[in-house]
Amino acid sequence: MSFLADYVHYVGSFGLVLIGLYIVLVKSNLIKVIIGINLIDTGVNLFLVSVGYIRMGTAPIFSEAEAAGRQMVDPVPQALVLTAIVIGVSVVALALSVAIRLYEHYGTLDLGKIRELKW
Amino acid sequence: MRKALSLVVLLVLALGLASALRGPSIGAEANRGELLDDQKVNFGRRYNSRAVEETGASNVVASVLVTYRGLDTLGEVTVLFIAALGLAVLLHTGRDRKSGKEAEPPSLILFTGCRFVFPLILLFGAYIFVHGHLTPGGGFQGGAVVASGFLLIYLGCRGRQPDRERLNVVESLSGVAFVVIGLIGLAVGGSFLLNFLPKGSPYALLSAGIIPVVYVLIGFKVGCELGGIVGDLSGARR
Repeated sequence: MSFLADYVHYVGSFGLVLIGLYIVLVKSNLIKVIIGINLIDTGVNLFLVSVGYIRMGTAPIFSEAEAAGRQMVDPVPQALVLTAIVIGVSVVALALSVAIRLYEHYGTLDLGKIRELKW
Repeated sequence: MRKALSLVVLLVLALGLASALRGPSIGAEANRGELLDDQKVNFGRRYNSRAVEETGASNVVASVLVTYRGLDTLGEVTVLFIAALGLAVLLHTGRDRKSGKEAEPPSLILFTGCRFVFPLILLFGAYIFVHGHLTPGGGFQGGAVVASGFLLIYLGCRGRQPDRERLNVVESLSGVAFVVIGLIGLAVGGSFLLNFLPKGSPYALLSAGIIPVVYVLIGFKVGCELGGIVGDLSGARR
C-alpha cells in the first residue's frame, strides 16, 4: 500500500496541526489565533486516538451481543483524549475571556495594534 | 515576508514529521499480533481483556477514566473548575457594565419553543451520564449536553436566566462528593478512589460500583460549570 493509504490518519492529524500553526503564525486577529490554537488541539487529539487505532477494530465497549472476532482498539488513548478535550475547552474559554477584556481595553482585536508589534 | 517565513517553518516541520512516519511503524496497529508476556505489559490490551471482570463496567474507556485513572479525572475536573473561576474573575472584576444596551425580548414562539426543548435536552444529558458505564458517553459528554441546554436558555429566553447561585451550589456539592467518595475508598480499602461498592452483574444499569455514581457527579459538575461559562461569555449578569 502507498504511504498515504497507510498513514492517512497521521497525515490528517499533522495536517490539522500545521494548518493551526500557520494560522497562529500569520493571522493577526486574536479570535483567529484562538481558532488556530483550537485546530492544533484537535490535530493532537486526532493523532493520539489514531495511535491506538487497530484496523477494523471496534470501540472498546462490551455488549451482550458481542461482535465475534473483532479486536478492540486501545482504550487508554481514548481516555487520555477525553481528558485533553475537556482541558482544550477550558483553555479556549479562558483565552476567549482574555480576548473580551483585551477588546474592551484596546478597542481592537488586532495583535499588531495591541502589542505595537512591527510584523 | 511573514507568510513566507511561516511557510518555510511549516515546510521544515512537515518534512520532519513525514520522515518520522517513515521509520519503524508506531501505534497499536504495529504490535497487534504480539502476545502478552510478563516482561512487556500492553496496557490497552490488558484493560480490554480484564476491565469487565475487574470493574464490572462494559465501557472500558469509562473504567479506565474513573477507576484505573481516577486521580487524573479528579485533576481534570479541577482544571475545568479553575478555568471557570479564572473566566469569572476576568469577566466580572473591575468592569463597568454598560446597562444601556438591553437585549430585545424574544418572540413568543422562540420563548415557548426554548422552554419546551430545554427539559428534553436536560433529560438527554442525564441519560448520557447515567449510562456512561454501559454505552458511549459519560459524565463529561452528558455535562456538555446539559450545558448546551443552558446555552439555549441564554440565547433564546432572554430575561429568564438560570439561577447562578443554585448552579454554583450544585457544582460545588458534586465536586465535594467526588472527593468524599475517593476518601471513603481510602478509608475502606486503603487506596484513593477505590471501587468499594458491589460490582453487580455486567451490562446492568446498577453495576460497576462507584463508576455510575462518579459519572453522575461529574455530569452535574461539568453541566453546571459549562453552563456558568456559557453564561459568563454571553454577558449575563451574575
